[in-house]
Amino acid sequence: MLETTFTTSAGSIRLTDFMPVATEEFKNSHLVPDRELIRIVDGLEGEVEIIVNFMPRPQYATVKPDIADKGQLGLRIDARPGSVGLHSPLKYSMCSGRATATAIVHAGERVPFSLTHVTESPAVLPVLDTLSSALQRTIEWWEKWHEQCSYTGPYHEAVSRSALVLKLLHFSPSGAFIAAVTSSLPEKIGGNRNYDYRYCWLRDASLTIHAMCGAGYIREAEAFGEWTLHATRLTQPKLMVMYDVYGNIARPERELGHLPGYKNSQPVRVGNMAREQVQMDIYGEVICGTAKLHHDKNISKMDPESARALISFGRYVRDHWQEPDAGIWEARDKLALHTHSLLLCWVALEELLGMAKKGSLDKVPVQQFEGVRDEIRTYIESKCWDESKESYSSEPGTFTMDATLLLMAYHNFHEASSARMRGTYKRLRSDLDAGGSLLYRYRQDEANGQPAEGAFGICGFWAAEYLAMGGGSLEEAESTFQELVGYANDVGLFAEEIDPETRGARGNFPQAFTHVGLISAALAIETRRKKELQIRNPDELNHEGEC
Amino acid sequence: MNWQSWLFWGAMATLGETTLEVISQGLRLTRMSLPVMLGTMATSERSKTKIYGFGLHILNGLLLAMVYIVAFHFLGGPSWWLGALIGAAHAIFVLTVGMTMMPEIHPRMASERSGPTAMRQLEPPGFLALNYGAKTPISILVSHIVFGGILGSFCRA
Repeated sequence: MLETTFTTSAGSIRLTDFMPVATEEFKNSHLVPDRELIRIVDGLEGEVEIIVNFMPRPQYATVKPDIADKGQLGLRIDARPGSVGLHSPLKYSMCSGRATATAIVHAGERVPFSLTHVTESPAVLPVLDTLSSALQRTIEWWEKWHEQCSYTGPYHEAVSRSALVLKLLHFSPSGAFIAAVTSSLPEKIGGNRNYDYRYCWLRDASLTIHAMCGAGYIREAEAFGEWTLHATRLTQPKLMVMYDVYGNIARPERELGHLPGYKNSQPVRVGNMAREQVQMDIYGEVICGTAKLHHDKNISKMDPESARALISFGRYVRDHWQEPDAGIWEARDKLALHTHSLLLCWVALEELLGMAKKGSLDKVPVQQFEGVRDEIRTYIESKCWDESKESYSSEPGTFTMDATLLLMAYHNFHEASSARMRGTYKRLRSDLDAGGSLLYRYRQDEANGQPAEGAFGICGFWAAEYLAMGGGSLEEAESTFQELVGYANDVGLFAEEIDPETRGARGNFPQAFTHVGLISAALAIETRRKKELQIRNPDELNHEGEC
Repeated sequence: MNWQSWLFWGAMATLGETTLEVISQGLRLTRMSLPVMLGTMATSERSKTKIYGFGLHILNGLLLAMVYIVAFHFLGGPSWWLGALIGAAHAIFVLTVGMTMMPEIHPRMASERSGPTAMRQLEPPGFLALNYGAKTPISILVSHIVFGGILGSFCRA
């Protein structure tokens, strides 16, 4: 829900935007519109003139629909596969695909608007007199949902706001989390790194499950874990990089040449070419996410279907780990071996072997998997380690750096405090520094030496998490985290990237990955804080609630 | 009257009509869901509307099949083309008179005159059911022709 106050010389009004939600019990026993966006204008002081423009442009603005004025039933357009309706008490004048109305809102007056989208008729129409109760129901629903938050540390507001963003990116009917709700917001103003993020990336699986479980939102984490196994069934054992919320393969990428793009950043793209890519890290992400849920739920035995799927992923990794891929950052120009992909291949086998050892997963070819796992580890330790720079590199045999190297500690490949991780962090800070606590994900400069994109949101939080895990002091972790949280917009939201100069958001917005990183870092800081507290005063921790 | 033939072919014709309507919805020719429309006459419980609606639709189909059988009797006996013709006439009646009167018949349907209220929230179909999609009349016409065609071809009541 968003409240915005507008003040003019003649008075002020408050605009409340929300999408109503209600409990399943309420929805089952009442007729309510399926998809609805409500805006309520409340007059606060004096009088304010408002102008309402209704200019729907469906199918990416390729259609200028006829708006039908249905009188008491509102304005309506046909927008296949459904219809869109606007309901309000105002009288509109029509002009070529646009409906316009004006009103003067006096203090104490309320003007409600309801925008609905229906795909099945007879549609349930909104009753404008009852929008206030929809507002109240929505507030109660979110407050109840928010009560699940189990994070008790000092960054509660940032964590709960991030969890809220993730919930809004969560498609409840299937359990999928999409990366962002927007397409083609540019990673650099005027640049061409404009992609469609309205899909679900398997890459996000384990990190999202870890963040949601850690913050107490187990149901969403479980639903996502189940989705990763079941929605991908059509392509198993091979996994695609991304799917839509129903588990369909993402649409082919195409450019919408008729759209100028955000601040003239062309092209505007829909669909995503990364759907065709090979990324070997996703197997480890899916297995790691499932193992995490399995561990948290304390399940003694994996169900046979899930077990079969997981083992088939393990076999796929066993057979393909040495093949080059596009990597987590989805390079479009070349395939290569990536340290991060190798790491996640190692994670995949390590997690499967861990589950087999606990007896929760049968029929794991233990000896084979152990052999390959050790082989991958040896490969990473020898080929991806650069002795002269005393750090890992993002690709074997190169000097390139990549912020995903920090995840070696997250995935327990090395202790965060190990010499190799400390060396890697030191070099990473120097090579990928974007000012303050910000980090680039990798360094790719344009011809003029300027970075091709902004600082990558989650990478900064990975650094804070790494420090909290033992790569630095608690104070260092907290100061990094606090600085990064300060880059959020006025309502606590992050895009994919942060402009180091303007501090503004870059890329698609709001972005799940950044908020996942925020929660994960906050959890790591809290764990560290409790550990230190326990060391300082062993008795005190016993009086604190468990996180 | 051959009750078994009426029951069986009445049900078959209704299922054929329903299937066509669902296909039309799937192909995005119309948004109209007859089970929802009929089900909401009986209950406002969302989870039950389609089940109730489907039951009412079958019952409705059986009753209307009886009217078709009577018509066959007076018009020289059943045949596919006569069934289809009666189906077309039936569809035209439904699309014009039936749909226009729906807000008066349906307890939860809003009217274009007074708009939605807490008790009457459903969008009315309007003339030719055009509020439910521009191709809805075609969908209704075809499904009724199929309904009549099946009865005329097979029902020997």
